[in-house]
Amino acid sequence: MASALINVPKRAKRGEIIEIKTLMSHIMETGYRHTATGEVVPRDIITSFVCRYNGVEIFHADLFPAIAANPFITFFTVATESGKFDFEWIGDKGFAETASASILVE
Amino acid sequence: MRSAPTIAVALLLIAADIAASPLSATEIPQAQRRSGYSFMTPDTQAIQDDDTANPGMLWVLDGEALWKSKVGAAGKACADCHDDARVSMKDVAAHYPAFDKTLGRPVNLEQRIDLCRVQHQQATPLAYESRDLLALTAFVAQQSRGAAISTDVDPQLEPFVARGRELFMQRQGQLNLGCTNCHDDNWDKRLAGSAITQGHPTGYPLYRLEWQSLGSLQRRLRSCISGIRAQTYDYGAPELVELELYLMSRARGMPMEAPAVRP
Repeated sequence: MASALINVPKRAKRGEIIEIKTLMSHIMETGYRHTATGEVVPRDIITSFVCRYNGVEIFHADLFPAIAANPFITFFTVATESGKFDFEWIGDKGFAETASASILVE
Repeated sequence: MRSAPTIAVALLLIAADIAASPLSATEIPQAQRRSGYSFMTPDTQAIQDDDTANPGMLWVLDGEALWKSKVGAAGKACADCHDDARVSMKDVAAHYPAFDKTLGRPVNLEQRIDLCRVQHQQATPLAYESRDLLALTAFVAQQSRGAAISTDVDPQLEPFVARGRELFMQRQGQLNLGCTNCHDDNWDKRLAGSAITQGHPTGYPLYRLEWQSLGSLQRRLRSCISGIRAQTYDYGAPELVELELYLMSRARGMPMEAPAVRP
């Protein structure tokens, strides 16, 4: 039951700097831990996060085992035109989640 | 025959025992009670305050989906009986643990959800601390946000509150500490750099950054109990429910914050 929480302002003025906040549900298992019987717990992390603004990539992050569970990624961009933000998380074990949010630029 | 030094040691032990008696504990006056929130850094407070940054909300979202999904032989969802949780579950969690007439003892919110699953949905109970049970509990508890904690004033509950209080005051474990020695007597100090806090259960289930997960009040109690190197009780044990009940009665009137965030 992976789920994401996205916070993008619904409206913004043209040229305004806006903050985008994303929270993705994920265990981020490092791959460095062992079970009580000594077996390695296999790595299971999100490896990449991408945000596209009307199809154009505006933010990209590579994630590594040191990042805590349920990664919270926040960044800024300039509101240039009305449209859609698409978010994509890709990770181990075929993990792939998407979310989107729209914005009205006046 | 005992030698003099042995007697002296025995007397010292007795003296230490008296000094350590629960009677020395002072309970926190009503006006000085503080939520764990007030001990946190502004950064951690900001995580709790923003619903799109609070990771506990991920469980609330899952819980909302589970509330509407049909399970068990009865093929019923929580929503089929309780309808909209925003109405039916409003302020409910602020009254838990509550007395269950059939069982003749108090049950906490997790146990109430599982009883409902077994009796009305004819489904298997969810394991304590499983993602689904935490999610449902978080979703129900969130409907009490801002409500004043008000466990029922019920004569049937009184002996259980008293037992919970006894456990709170009881020194135990290799470190020979009771809950009260930290959370009544030394809550304004620090332990290994962390605030001790008063131990009011205002925001459970809550997201602990240390756990990197949501956790129940019983998880918190169990880690405190193993911290004083005492034998922990099993999840759902009557002793832990009594302790929960005492803590909630001790926090009477404080506002609910679930799902809270703690360091």
